[in-house]
Amino acid sequence: MNMTEFEKIILTEIPNLHKIDVYEQHGGYSALRKVLGMTPDAVIDEVKKSNLRGRGGACFPAGLKWSFMPKVSSKPKYLCANGDESEPGTFKDRQIFEYNPHVFIEGALIEAYAIGAQMVYVYIRGEYKKWIDLLQVAIDDAYQKGYIGQNILGSGFTTHIQVYRGAGAYICGEESSLMNSVEGGRGYPRVKPPFPAQSGMWGCPTTINNIETISNVPAIINRGWEWYSKIGAPKHPGPLLYGISGHVNKPGVFELPTGVLLTDLIYNYCGGVKNGKNIKAVIPGGSSTMWLRGEELEGVRMDADSLKAVGTSIGTAGVIVMDEDTDVIKVLTRIAHFYHHESCGQCTPCREGTGWMEKILRRFLAGEGTLQDIDLLLDVANNIEGNTICALGDAAAWPVQSVIKKFRGEFEKRAKKSPSVTRYVKPPHLVEVTAV
Amino acid sequence: MLSEENLKKIEALKPRFQTTQALTLPVLWMIQQQHGWISSEAMQYVAQLLNVPVSHVYGVVTFYTMYNQKPVGKYHLQVCTNVSCMLNGGGELRDHVCKRLGVKLGETTSDNRFTVTEVECLGSCGTAPMMQVNDDYFENLSLEQVDELLEKLN
Repeated sequence: MNMTEFEKIILTEIPNLHKIDVYEQHGGYSALRKVLGMTPDAVIDEVKKSNLRGRGGACFPAGLKWSFMPKVSSKPKYLCANGDESEPGTFKDRQIFEYNPHVFIEGALIEAYAIGAQMVYVYIRGEYKKWIDLLQVAIDDAYQKGYIGQNILGSGFTTHIQVYRGAGAYICGEESSLMNSVEGGRGYPRVKPPFPAQSGMWGCPTTINNIETISNVPAIINRGWEWYSKIGAPKHPGPLLYGISGHVNKPGVFELPTGVLLTDLIYNYCGGVKNGKNIKAVIPGGSSTMWLRGEELEGVRMDADSLKAVGTSIGTAGVIVMDEDTDVIKVLTRIAHFYHHESCGQCTPCREGTGWMEKILRRFLAGEGTLQDIDLLLDVANNIEGNTICALGDAAAWPVQSVIKKFRGEFEKRAKKSPSVTRYVKPPHLVEVTAV
Repeated sequence: MLSEENLKKIEALKPRFQTTQALTLPVLWMIQQQHGWISSEAMQYVAQLLNVPVSHVYGVVTFYTMYNQKPVGKYHLQVCTNVSCMLNGGGELRDHVCKRLGVKLGETTSDNRFTVTEVECLGSCGTAPMMQVNDDYFENLSLEQVDELLEKLN
């Protein structure tokens, strides 16, 4: 597909689109009107056929997820919209709240209709106070116009939208933690099964989708599944909000089709690497994803299958670029510190293992790491992966595994040559590590 | 402990959730907005208000990093040092702020104006380095801009 022909549907160029009148002038809420005349099943079918896949990291087919909701339920049904956006390198949902909140609201209403949800909880990270307020204004306006609330547009369908502010916990982006948080508790992940569609909020059928996933829905309804499924990569179609940061000249969020060349993103859209340096490594989809070496980037496309083929994943499409002078061990230590800090503490492998990994990595930074430590680090990572209730354990293990695999030489260079017994050295606090 | 306005807000929120426990986070936010931090008296008050055990409230306060368990300065400077910021000088920014104010991380200046903490990714990776001051983001910061900002806040 020719990029110049690509039409943005989420972060469009229309000025003041955050205002409800402007949104309506540009066809806003027409998709909602349309679905209110369809059966919920027909709506789910449309989304299924469009092949829209989750934008929160796992790429799960959205329509399929919706179809898991029971048709008949004695209990109320719920929709949770996940705007926790805490994965390092990810900064896309806030653009939706700021520039096009109504596309998200409309998508959420359509989804609520399709799955029969009587309440939509929008969970947004606590730090995003500004964006919570911006979204609230849009929600209030939509209530005023009768798009949300009792008997929406005379259709007999009733649903409400309630924003819920988080309070600083990365783990609440995990769907079951998010539900526990909205229930007013600590954000502990739940054991699955039961899955949320069987037992979610207060044990009632619940569906959780990412903000960006939901924001794709109005366009699918307006233009049809066929149109949507032809955008970008066939197996993972649609527009995607790529967030590129790190050592690039023009970082930012770019709405482009899926399957864009990673090198295009870096060199064309972001104006290349700072100071014309070479790339040492790239994290393609937020801090949990496996790293790529600079020399591996040629021909890599940014969609679920292409990235899987090179041993990593699309995640949240939050790309972090590191130049040739980057100390990868220092960056990895920072990531390890993050997962250690954010582990909820329920599962022993993650609670203890993330701490051990951080300690061993700090040993390398202090010049006290040994050759045995490299394998010890891998051993710890391998023992966390797959042995925890939620994916945070895996997310903590993957960067460590991939950096050792791709940059083992760096560890070997840093390792102490002689005694295999490491005397205890107080690990230096991050403050004492000069910035990269 | 909570203003009339906030108590009204709580009543309006109740029908939106199946339990009063679900209001734990919103009510704690209200407490923090009014008092700047959450004391043990406040936790007991919230527990009574929502009819949940004090231990539950304590568990929530201690789980989430944004609830202040001790008073903070008038301006809470939260510097992101996660990867994207780190690559663009987030660490230098953090050290600079600490040095300029003469405090270590987690400390408050003696005049109670500033508290500095190091935080995880705040979702401003494209505008690194940055810091959050109370509820506001300040992005694409140079050290000069930080100095100006601190001057202005002083």
